[in-house]
Order: sequence, then structure tokens, then C-alpha cells
Amino acid sequence: MDQAKDLMPMAVPALAPAPGGLLRHMLYVLRANPMTLLAFVLLALFLVAAVLGPLVVPHNPLATDAASALMPPSLQHWFGTDDLGRDVFSRVVVATRLDLVISVAAVALSFAGGAVLGSLAGFYGGWTDRIVSRVLDTVMAFPLFVLAMGIVAALGNSVGNIVLATAIVNLPFYARLSRTEVNIRREAGFVQAARLSGHSDLSILATQIFPNALPPMMVQISLNLGWAILNAAGLSFIGLGVRPPTPEWGIMVAEGARFIVSGEWWLALFPGAALMLAVFTFNMLGDGLRDIVDPRARS
Amino acid sequence: MTSSRTVIVLKRFAQAIPTLFGVIVVTFLLTRALPGDPAAYFAGPAATPESIAQVRAALGLDQPLPAQFARYLQDLATGNLGQSISTGQTVLSDILTRLPASLELTLSALLLSLAIAMPLGILAATRQNTMVDHVCRAVVTAGVSLPVFFTGLALVYVFYYQLGVAPAPIGRLDFAYISPSPVTGFFVIDALLAGDGETASAALGQLVLPAVTLAIFTLAPLARMTRAAMLQVLASDFIRTARAAGLSRRKILLGSALRNALLPVVTTFGMVFSFALGANVLVEKVFAWPGIGSYAVEALVVSDYAAVQGFVLVMAILFVVINLLIDLSYTLIDPRVGFDG
Repeated sequence: MDQAKDLMPMAVPALAPAPGGLLRHMLYVLRANPMTLLAFVLLALFLVAAVLGPLVVPHNPLATDAASALMPPSLQHWFGTDDLGRDVFSRVVVATRLDLVISVAAVALSFAGGAVLGSLAGFYGGWTDRIVSRVLDTVMAFPLFVLAMGIVAALGNSVGNIVLATAIVNLPFYARLSRTEVNIRREAGFVQAARLSGHSDLSILATQIFPNALPPMMVQISLNLGWAILNAAGLSFIGLGVRPPTPEWGIMVAEGARFIVSGEWWLALFPGAALMLAVFTFNMLGDGLRDIVDPRARS
Repeated sequence: MTSSRTVIVLKRFAQAIPTLFGVIVVTFLLTRALPGDPAAYFAGPAATPESIAQVRAALGLDQPLPAQFARYLQDLATGNLGQSISTGQTVLSDILTRLPASLELTLSALLLSLAIAMPLGILAATRQNTMVDHVCRAVVTAGVSLPVFFTGLALVYVFYYQLGVAPAPIGRLDFAYISPSPVTGFFVIDALLAGDGETASAALGQLVLPAVTLAIFTLAPLARMTRAAMLQVLASDFIRTARAAGLSRRKILLGSALRNALLPVVTTFGMVFSFALGANVLVEKVFAWPGIGSYAVEALVVSDYAAVQGFVLVMAILFVVINLLIDLSYTLIDPRVGFDG
């Protein structure tokens, strides 16, 4: 015990510079690139809207009111009302949760699936690698949005299948990344050390090699989230997945599209702007994360 | 030299075959993955048990999977993609009549996008970290964040409803005009070939907004890649040598640098096409453009699965062919390229 106490003060300063340095580096990146800071603020805003949205909106997003249909933005209805008299602002805010859940779930699935497939292919090589690579190439041989349409059409038109389709078309990006990251470390010194100390292949892969692939994959996640939101909203824009009257940005833009030619712009503009802002936030965040993780890759 | 080039080209063609096969396998699996009974879906909503059984036998769905696949290949070889429930025509003829509209839109959008993105990228690379560079970066980031259907609607609102300079978003040609007799299938070119300037300008007017919408979407990756590739090339030794030898700035930029920067840009073009073909579907819906994208959307709404699957397959084959052409064009741009990688 005494010995441990003696060691403690020595251990702490030895560890301290790493997190402090990271924090300082993050602050430096944030200061050098105010857009990243803005992205973090916007992200917080979206998260608040997703968690608290349904509790704080001024109107029921589903309540119709024929008397006040197609009203332009006013103090009472900040974003105006749609053709059924529903409050557009409330619908846009409430939709945040569904849009974020769809894209986060899709990206989480592609991350998990891609990490497993890519790591196995990168670690074992040979036939595993050949089969996995061939399957990934086949997925990439489709225009991705078109493949997503085909998958949803085949599996059935539901929100769950939108998530699945988006996950499948995104999976190759994660799989390729983790394959490369694992492959270059397959024979690294620390891997051989772990092998000599009696770890099994899978345990080496999971605890020694894969954590090294995490930073670039985190960046990929953030860049990918924006695309996943766009993809899901695009699918619901053409009538897949989410059904009316559920508030969701893509379907709201689709509903508002009919009124654009007669000048009622607010129906499509506000959900579209929310969608744009969300994608912009994630893209900015991805760029910022990349600067933090790998400053050299900045372009 | 020439013969080794031929070998390279032939090799690349051979590489497309397994990809094509993979695409066909996936589309086949998608046709079999239908929820419930595929035969019931293909027979349509008004089918009786007898007609479903008939469809099942006709489609060979009562046979084992490998036999079904062999049959599927046979059908594809004869161009049989099935029958569309909604139009009553064969899916192949539906798609062939609508394909030129999609190609006209996608190709003009990509040309427009290239015409803007390349100069923008070169400009940003030569003036790194100046205002021009920052503007380029902002435009590029905003471009990828814009949902393509939203851009389209915004353009319709501004240029049709507010300014009245664009025609209504009702497809390729206003009802007042008669479609030009098809030669290339591209309305603008066909009307010009027929010497009908008025129809040509009307068709062009309809084309502008959807093409611009799609171009804005594809601008970002092209401009970003051009900038990055130019930066890398401009920092290389042979550019320094060319500068030292006193070559004009113009000659260095457009001759030596751009030619070498083209390779990574052309590589991005494959990815851009993937985005463009997908975004095409959304743009066609916004502008009621009668291409294969809006065909697939209409088919999806009424659960016309043969049509949707035909669309997915045709798009995938189109994409494989495009990637093949892109790879082949490498050899024209850069004779050093082999296809072993």
C-alpha cells in the first residue's frame, strides 16, 4: 500500500500532459476555426430540439385547423401554417427527433457492420478479404440512393427499412476504412507482443488493433451523418418510409412542394432549411473533428 | 506500346464482368426479398388466388433458387424485365422511352458543373488562403449541405413565381409545343436538327432550372478535388522546373499542372456520377421531368415492383458502364496508368 501511495504522485504528472494537451489542441482548433465552434453550438440546439421538442412547442403538431389554413408566418404561427392549418414551426421542431434518430441509427448500424466486416477482412486477409471486398465493391457498383430505393421497395415501405437501406449503402465506407487501418497494423510490434503474451486473434483485433482505427472512423461518422440525413429525407421526399401526418423534414418539403408554384413558400422553406442546417452542422463538425484528429488531412 | 495499351483496355473490360454479375445477383436477390409473396405483388392488387398461382408459375417462383436465377439471366439476355402494372407496357420499353430525358438532364448538369467547378478549383488553388479560396470553400460546403429537392424548389419559387423568367416546372416541353422527332432523344438537339429554333429554346428553357439544381449539387466534390489536386501538382518538382525554365504562367497552369491534376479529378467523377444519378430521381420529381427517375417514383407509389427493379438494374448497369468509360479515359489522360490496382 505504502509503495502504491509513493508511486501515485509520480504517475499523475506523467499522465496529465496527454489530456491537457488534447484539450489545448481542441481549444486551439476551435479558436482557429470558428465554424467548428458554431457547429458545436448548432449541434447542441438540435439535440435540445430532439429531446425536449414535443414538450416545448407552442402548438400540437398534428392538430388541424381549417379556419387558419395556409397562413403566412405571423407572431402566432412563427413559420406559418400548412394547408390543413397545422403549425409549421411546431412540426419542424418535433420532426427533429425522428430525423436524427433515423440517421443516427443508420450510421450506428453501418459503423458496427462496417467495423466488423472491415476488421476481419483486414486482419485475416486471404479469402475473407476477397469475399468481403467483392461484396463491398458490388454495393458500391450501384448509385447509392438508387440502391437504397430498391432495398426499401423490396423489404417493404417502413421507417425501419429506411434505416436499414441507409445503413447498407453507407457500410462500405466504414468497412474500407477499418480494413485499411487494421491491415497496416496487422504485423505491428505491439500486436506481436500481445500475441506472444498469449492473447487470441480476436482479442488482439478487438482490444489492440481496432481502437487505433477509431479516430478516422469518428471523422467518417460525422461526415456521414449529414449524408445519412439527406438520404433519409430524400427517401421520404419521394414517398418512402415516413407516412403523413407524421412530421418529418423530407415529407414536409414534399407536401409543401405543391404550394411553391402558387407562392406559399413557408410550407417547404422551413423544414428544408432545418434539414440544410442539420446537414451543414454535421459536415462542419466532421471537418472540425478531422482537424482535431489529423491536422495534416485538411484540404 | 499500342498492343500493351490494348491489353490494358481489354483487361479493364474483363474486370467489369464480375461487377456486372454482382449487380445482377443483388437485383435478383432484391426481387426475391419482397415482403410476403412476390407472386402476389407481381400479380397486382386485384389478383385472385388463381392468377397469383399463374404468375408464380409464369415467373418460375415455384422452382428452386438456382433455377430461378438461371431463368432471370435468360430473361435479362432477351431484354425481358417484366411488365409494368401501372403503364401496361413492358418495363424495358418504358425505360427506353424515358431514358433520353434522364440522360439529357444529367449530362447537361454535369457539363455545367464541370464548367464552373474546374475554374473555381484552379482559382482557389492558385490563390490559396485568400478571399477567393475562402469563398470557394464556403460555396463548396454549402453545396453539399443543400438537399437537392430543396434547391430545386427554391429555384422554382424565385425564377418562376417571383421573377417569372423560368417556365412552369411541368417537364421537358410546354404543352403548346410538339416534341421534335427523335434522333438523339435530347429535345434541344433534336429541335435544332429539325431547324425548329422556337421549340429548341422552349426545351432549353425547361432544362435550365433542373440542370442548374443538379449542377449545384455536384459542384462541391468536383471543385474540392480540383483544388486539392492542383495544390499537390503545383508544389511538385516539375512545376518548379517549368517555372525556372521561364514558361509562361498560363502554359504551366493549363498545360502541365491541369493535365496532371486531371487524374484525381476524373476519379472523383465516378463518385459524382453516383450522387448525380441518385439526385436525378429527386430533381425529376420536383420538375415533373419525365425521365426514368420519376418513372420509378410513380412505380414505387403504386407498388409496381417490376418497374422499380428494372429501374434499379438499368441505373446500376449505366453506372458500371460509366465507371468503365472513366477508367478507360485514364489511359488517354495519363499513359502511365495501369489497371492492376
